[in-house]
Amino acid sequence: MNRSPYITDAPSVSMIMLKVLLALVPGIMAYTWVYGGGILLSLTLATITALITEAAILKIRQRPIVPSLADLSAVVTAWLLALALPPLAPWWLVVVGTLFAIAIAKQLYGGLGYNPFNPAMVGYAVLLISFPVIMTKWPAPLELATTPLGWAEQFNLILGGVLPTGVPMDAVTSATPLDYLKTQRMLQQEVEAISQAPIFGHFGAKGGEIVTAAYLFGGLYLLQQRIISWHLPTAFIAALALISFIFNLVEPSQFAGPSLHLMAGATMLCAFFIITDPVSGPTTPKGKLYFAAGAGVLTYVIRVYGGYPDGVAFAVLIMNMCVPLIDAHTQPRVFGHKR
Amino acid sequence: MNNIIQFASKLIKSLATNTASEVHRFNGGVHPNEHKQESTTRPIAQLPIPETLTLPLRQHVGYIPKLKVKVGDYVLKGEMLAEAEGTVSAAIHAPTSGTITAIAEAVIPHPSGLPDMCVTLTPDGKEQWKPLTPVDWKNTAHSELITSLRASGIVGLGGATFPTHIKLRKDGSAAIHTLIINAAECEPYITCDDMLMRERAEEITQGIAIAQHLLGAAKVVIGIEDNKPEAAQAMSAASQALANAAVTTVPTLYPSGDARRLIHLLLGVEVPHHKRATEVGIQVFNVATVLAIYRYFMFGEPSVSRIVTVTGNVASPQNFEVLLGTPMPLLMAAAGGAKPDTTHFVMGGPMMGFDLPSLNVPVTKAANCIIAASPALFAPPPPAQPCIRCTRCADACPVNLQPQELYWFAKSDNFEKARDYNLFDCIECGCCTYVCPSNIPLVQYYRYAKSEIIALDKAKEAADLARERNDFRLARIEREKLDRAQKHAERAANARNREANPELAESDKAASNASAVEAKKAAIAAAVERAKTLKLAAANNDAASTSTSTDQPAPAEPSSAEIKLDSDAQAKIDKKALIAAAMERAKAQKLAAAQAGAAPKNTENLSAKVKAEIDEIEAIRTKAQQMVKNKAPD
Repeated sequence: MNRSPYITDAPSVSMIMLKVLLALVPGIMAYTWVYGGGILLSLTLATITALITEAAILKIRQRPIVPSLADLSAVVTAWLLALALPPLAPWWLVVVGTLFAIAIAKQLYGGLGYNPFNPAMVGYAVLLISFPVIMTKWPAPLELATTPLGWAEQFNLILGGVLPTGVPMDAVTSATPLDYLKTQRMLQQEVEAISQAPIFGHFGAKGGEIVTAAYLFGGLYLLQQRIISWHLPTAFIAALALISFIFNLVEPSQFAGPSLHLMAGATMLCAFFIITDPVSGPTTPKGKLYFAAGAGVLTYVIRVYGGYPDGVAFAVLIMNMCVPLIDAHTQPRVFGHKR
Repeated sequence: MNNIIQFASKLIKSLATNTASEVHRFNGGVHPNEHKQESTTRPIAQLPIPETLTLPLRQHVGYIPKLKVKVGDYVLKGEMLAEAEGTVSAAIHAPTSGTITAIAEAVIPHPSGLPDMCVTLTPDGKEQWKPLTPVDWKNTAHSELITSLRASGIVGLGGATFPTHIKLRKDGSAAIHTLIINAAECEPYITCDDMLMRERAEEITQGIAIAQHLLGAAKVVIGIEDNKPEAAQAMSAASQALANAAVTTVPTLYPSGDARRLIHLLLGVEVPHHKRATEVGIQVFNVATVLAIYRYFMFGEPSVSRIVTVTGNVASPQNFEVLLGTPMPLLMAAAGGAKPDTTHFVMGGPMMGFDLPSLNVPVTKAANCIIAASPALFAPPPPAQPCIRCTRCADACPVNLQPQELYWFAKSDNFEKARDYNLFDCIECGCCTYVCPSNIPLVQYYRYAKSEIIALDKAKEAADLARERNDFRLARIEREKLDRAQKHAERAANARNREANPELAESDKAASNASAVEAKKAAIAAAVERAKTLKLAAANNDAASTSTSTDQPAPAEPSSAEIKLDSDAQAKIDKKALIAAAMERAKAQKLAAAQAGAAPKNTENLSAKVKAEIDEIEAIRTKAQQMVKNKAPD
């Protein structure tokens, strides 16, 4: 019988997913420090929902449950979605989003390895379209909030929708820089003036840029561990930087520069954790460059001209649709074939 | 002191060659734990002559050789037991002197586990060589050397077992400019080439000189992985004697020993996927093979032994020089025996080897390494998980294929797509499986898809041929029908003409009355002649299928069809003539039978018509039988 090779040297799928989760930890820690402990509750809710949903659907599909849960892919989806959602949103929002991501976007297509779209981004897009008001209510960083909430108060808000007496919703939320930029630009304000607002930090959002930097740190760990290939983050960041640089160069009063676009919103989360989802992404090296660059450009276009403050989710989903095309047209040259 | 200086200068020289030569990397590749140390601590040992030797006739790629001995024959060492038959074939020789005690099927070391024809030799222990005739290769014509080599039984000893004489032919393809000696030995565990180079570099070098001479190659490059410094050094020193030869060390990266990868590493040349290396002027030989060439030309020794690495879960891993046909249990015992937790035995390396159907198989020309395997050594793979398209396989693929796509196509039986994605460029090296986080047995999927595609292609070819044949048949039937219709129409027109002009017809009749009879006779003769030729042709075609021509009067069929082409009247006359002739014959037969007193009783009181029919059939049958007798082989 010929069943060679007899030896292997590969990390398991579980190990790969575990490292992705590990790489998210610095970001989560920064998040907690900047915005409070609410995110931890969101993460927990998302994780539990994802695992239960995955188990339930696998049972219905009569597939082995334990190996699929143990691969941790559902947990990764849950964490990415939770980190993409406003952290003080009501508990059912994260539950509905995760349910949709796992049940519809992942399992209905055949489970791990078969989903054409990034499940977390599908969940995010569904929530954004269905509950736009809640989805755009972001908490202010603790240092900027008029009434900073403690962990317990945040938990109460998420689970029961209850704010401490005498604290209005406006006291805990604030516009995000990308959102603020968009609304102020509509009011014909110039970028220079807009970015004087206290919500802006050195590069991106005050506080938020720390979280972004932490994501970047985690992403570099993934690169070092060879969990993700350099093509995707590099092309995404380069494309986004280049297009924002050009627009900013031409009309600095209307368009924000690359530093804001790179350090605000979900840029780094997307660059290292979202577009790097192997299942819904392209497989060829050249294809990865096209895919990520396309996502970068689309993100910028949606941010500047679209109806939503951030464009990462839709950019990724649109590029997901192009993956078969990209793969088909970027096949590398096989050894011994024509150059 | 002088020796030391010499050694130092040699060392510097070898180091210089090493660093000066650059290598051209290929995509991917893997570097598993080498496990070569274990079997290189001891020198190559000779294994004693076993009690019996079992020699499979098929030890090479190509046609099975033709057996030249029978049970009971006494043979001398080196005597040919089976000779190469057909172009791609190799001879088998007696590894020692003794008696042929059996020629029967036995299990051979092959992945299929199926038995094959083997010659069993019981040695007499005398090790008596047949008279050996060295070949003066420097002063002998190339064609004669190739013919001589065809009788040597030498095949590629790196594991591919392709008959060597074919690789040294000058067959009109591009002239060989570079000879590459494959000493990479990239598979983990295997060290037979390493040890051979360490111990017999001089002989190998002389073999290289012969191969270089035979090929007319201007340049020789010896490629050795950098995990074999002793071997590289020995070869560097020995190859000083060669003209325009260099040792190049290549990084230890599996599968650098794959011929196309090695050519690229050493020369920067990518052999086009649809071409052989020889078509771009490069030939590749394994070190053990050139050594065998040397032994054959220098001493007249045919291929009767090889070096085998015995390693893995054994007490003392070592390389052995073994007579072909030696039972593997002896080999295992010589290496101190397999440890108790051994579960199976692998022939070849851990990347491309295969499970032996049992240890009770003989050593063949392909047996470069036997590994005693245990769960600790080769852990059983965990259950496969879904592919997450991580493309680690694509990163590891030395051919730069997209294994994840090939897997997808193979799994969904989308064979056309798999072929489009160059499935047949896959060398089954196993790098993709080696790095797969989902533990998918990728290579098995490719082997499956390849075999399916080959089977489908064969089936399609057969179907195409059948369709072609059927189309041709239908066309012929149609053509015959048209011909017949045309003739009918002509005749009908003639008849109408005659009816319309009775005088014309009358005069015509009168004028041609005499000649018409002659013409008819001639036509009948011609028809009979045609029928005969057709019969002959049919008989020739059917020479193989005797049953067809005896069971049904096949030869009668084309003749009757041919007759139909002529007028009905002619056919009638023909039939009458035949019946008459048959009756004549029947009468004669009856007479003969009556004279012999053996007339068949049940045919006596039949009407003349029936009798005539029976006789006619009988006549045809005897004719057919006669024809079968004449035409059938043997």
